Amino acid sequence: MCTNILVKTELEGAGFGRNGWFRVNRANVTYDHPFHVDLEHAVTVDFVDEAGGLDARVGVELTLESARALARALLAACEEAEAYESGARG
Amino acid sequence: MADTGSYEGMLAEVTKIPGHGGTWISVYLARPLGPGPFPGVVWLHHMPGWDEWTKEAARKLAYHGFMVAAPDLYCRAGTGAPEDVAAKVRAEGGVPDSQVVGDAAACRDFLRSLPQSNGKVGVTGTCSGGRHAYLAACLERFDACVDLWGGGVVMRPEDLTEKRPVAPIDYTKDLSCPLLGLFGEEDRAPSPEQVRQHEEELKRHGKAYEFHMYAGAGHGFFYHDRPAAYRAEAAVDGWRKVIAFFRQHLGGGAS
Repeated sequence: MCTNILVKTELEGAGFGRNGWFRVNRANVTYDHPFHVDLEHAVTVDFVDEAGGLDARVGVELTLESARALARALLAACEEAEAYESGARG
Repeated sequence: MADTGSYEGMLAEVTKIPGHGGTWISVYLARPLGPGPFPGVVWLHHMPGWDEWTKEAARKLAYHGFMVAAPDLYCRAGTGAPEDVAAKVRAEGGVPDSQVVGDAAACRDFLRSLPQSNGKVGVTGTCSGGRHAYLAACLERFDACVDLWGGGVVMRPEDLTEKRPVAPIDYTKDLSCPLLGLFGEEDRAPSPEQVRQHEEELKRHGKAYEFHMYAGAGHGFFYHDRPAAYRAEAAVDGWRKVIAFFRQHLGGGAS
């Protein structure tokens, strides 16, 4: 809201929140003031169930560098997973 | 000046008042005990929400003799942990400017209606709350405004949205009261250049204002709970300026 940097994506999956597992159907990604990590701005990722309550949320706050590392790790894992599923691996 | 021989007391509680559009909103009210008369201050919370620091700031001003009303600007999104509520609002692109201004005006009227009121009410806030305070002081009548590093007073046309349709700087001609602004030289929202543009606009319209730019400070230099942002020297001086400014324009003088 302070930076106007907000990117949303639809997801299918589940997250483990304070009340146990819940359906995750969206990730809200921002670069804005974090709630906890001691940075002026952070990449924040909220995994949420849009139809769930306010507490159907798993949030992380990352440095820009960490967010890029996470993105690379996700892509690398996905590439390996696709190779595995297609039988090209192992 | 505080007097160790004098009675001192404070009430701090959450209450409900009709806000913008008649919707009931939660308000953290912190006020000195005693008959008054006391001036009022509306404190508009920052982007992370209606949190502990906001309530602490309200109590600080109450200690210095002000009745402070800090509305939960996000309460229409629901209730829960401040972080969860603020995360929902963040994902929705914030709250509409018109709604915040309406809530601020409702808090002003509420403070004025209290039997201890001296009739004067100022408005302030940090971060997005500083921007909202400036907007409220332009679109509604207040007696003093303190903008604490409010980002987004100057906006690029491409940053205007349905919820934020007009850059606050464009309302400067309507500013209803004297303005104090405290900023950090290392901040990017607002940047020193944006502060300079704001200052030019205030001069152009002949508005009474006082801006201070702190060297070595960035965004959020009052936030003692954020060690990376906190700048003790600037915060101590800044709080003194805020209290002195409100006393000058709103009256009051307890402790």
